[in-house]
Amino acid sequence: MIGEAAVRAGCRFYAGYPITPQNELAEYTASAMARLEDGTFIQAESEIAAINMLIGASMAGARVMTSSSGPGISLKQEGISFLAAMELPAVIVNTMRGGPGLGNIAPAQGDYFQATRGGGHGDYRTIVLAPASGQELAGLTRKAFEYADEYKTPVFILGDGMMGQMMEPVEFPEPIDPRSLPPKPWILDGAKGRPSRIIKSLLLDTSVEEDHNWKLTRKYERITREIARADTYMTTDARLVVTAYGTAARIAKGAIKRARELGLKVGLFRPVTLWPFPKRALVEMSRQVKDFLVFEMSTGQMLEDVKLSLEGRSNVHFYGRPGGIISTPDEIAKVINTLYHRQHLNED
Amino acid sequence: MAKKVFQRPKYLKKAVFHYCPGCGHSIIHRLIAEIIEELDIGEKVIGVPPAGCAVLAYDYFDVDMGESPHGRGAAVATGIKRILPDRIVFSYQGDGDIAAIGTAETIHAANRGENITTIFVNNGVYGMTGGQMAPTTLAGQNSTTTPGGRDVKRDGFPLDLSEMLAIARGSVYIERTAVNSPKNIMRTKRAITKAFKAQMDGLGFSLVEILSPCPTNWKLSSVDACKWVEESMVKTFPLKVIKDEVEGAIS
Ligand code: SF4
Repeated sequence: MIGEAAVRAGCRFYAGYPITPQNELAEYTASAMARLEDGTFIQAESEIAAINMLIGASMAGARVMTSSSGPGISLKQEGISFLAAMELPAVIVNTMRGGPGLGNIAPAQGDYFQATRGGGHGDYRTIVLAPASGQELAGLTRKAFEYADEYKTPVFILGDGMMGQMMEPVEFPEPIDPRSLPPKPWILDGAKGRPSRIIKSLLLDTSVEEDHNWKLTRKYERITREIARADTYMTTDARLVVTAYGTAARIAKGAIKRARELGLKVGLFRPVTLWPFPKRALVEMSRQVKDFLVFEMSTGQMLEDVKLSLEGRSNVHFYGRPGGIISTPDEIAKVINTLYHRQHLNED
Repeated sequence: MAKKVFQRPKYLKKAVFHYCPGCGHSIIHRLIAEIIEELDIGEKVIGVPPAGCAVLAYDYFDVDMGESPHGRGAAVATGIKRILPDRIVFSYQGDGDIAAIGTAETIHAANRGENITTIFVNNGVYGMTGGQMAPTTLAGQNSTTTPGGRDVKRDGFPLDLSEMLAIARGSVYIERTAVNSPKNIMRTKRAITKAFKAQMDGLGFSLVEILSPCPTNWKLSSVDACKWVEESMVKTFPLKVIKDEVEGAIS
């Protein structure tokens, strides 16, 4: 699905290395690129080589993508830091699995910190998009390429194995011919009729590096203002709001439906951008909601962003299942029910 | 009328090299710039400098240059070339960069037959970081991390990367030269020219390994460093055409 959406977004370069649970994406992209006259698919010798091929192809002006899962994403971090430093657009898909270490191949959300905190060395951030349905995945893949180009920065699509296996009817956006995209005035394509260009990240002069860091920071602030986004479900009268993203948000939605049947006023706050975290919208909601339940398929990572955003304005509770365990909506409904009564939310 | 017989090549910027006196990098930079001019490809070339002493190569070459993380030159060059197949793409890499941390990227780029050219500068030490053992440090050679000299039982053997790359089926031209004498410098220039031409003809992966003096870390005078190349280095790394599938194929 991402493969098709990427090609339609004008992506013409993919490099990757096999790792479960996301091989279907690479395989699909291999055939899609083969059908295109100007498409390149490279099965790289390593995750490191793949991300570095993206660096080159991005320097040359193409829309580029790679995909992997936990252990592979860790290996790519060197290159992602360079992409951020050199301000090169790229899209990186992480189909999260259980970890740390080799972990397992079941759906999990343990790579939130890695994705939202920069992941590699140095002072930088990456945009992180977290789709929760097939349709959203298709739309956000398009957005990922647009953000990457607009802000000249690497963009993550953070999903999990569940999302990879989803079978849903999806309407794809119209395909874009990459030649119709606005030219990038910074690429390396040979200094013909113009001064030669340099793309680099080495800034030996400490004051120059400091300036660069602040320049990147201002860009990240602009991104935070412009794209932070969350989706809500049944929050208008909610007394308890579950905060979850991706697959966990889908499970939570099912749980909320059950809780509503029992007459509990529960809603969902679902960050669509994990970085920038939709802090403003959450703070806004805390005027009305005094209890938030963070639900993650991890031991609690987004939990920190929720707490940092709310700064003690509301009670923040947590329920998590790490290791590739997929909670059922019934299980979460029970957690909601218990919490709802413990916090006396059923009383007027 | 006076004729100018020696001037700055067109594709070298008006910058002062930061390289130590007697360093081979300065000579190799000049050769590459001359070749770019002679082949008239200055508007089509994209260079990929390494991490190492030549990290600032982009301050000298007046062509498009894109930095690579340490050792990843072949992968970065691959990405550029696949998007812009009619440009001339070269990576410039030292021995630690290409034969230690970047071995995998290099071997697989060669094996895929990526149509790029790699300039492999072999001076047997990590220059930039202060003279640690490189994969190409000779047996017995001193370095800051091999007390008493490289002991092959403890530190392993010098790596014949170019010979390994010649085995890769996608490589078409691999030659080892040196820049320690006028004769060898001319031979190096011919080799790099041929490597670029192989790429211009779309033949596949080409590489020139250049034995290059590092007087600073070898703790020798410039003259003695050149002698040491001749007397010691070439015994382990003989100067020769290692692979040539270009003859006859070149236009
Ligand atoms: S340390 Fe060696 S390789 Fe580096 S610039 Fe000096 S002489 Fe050249």
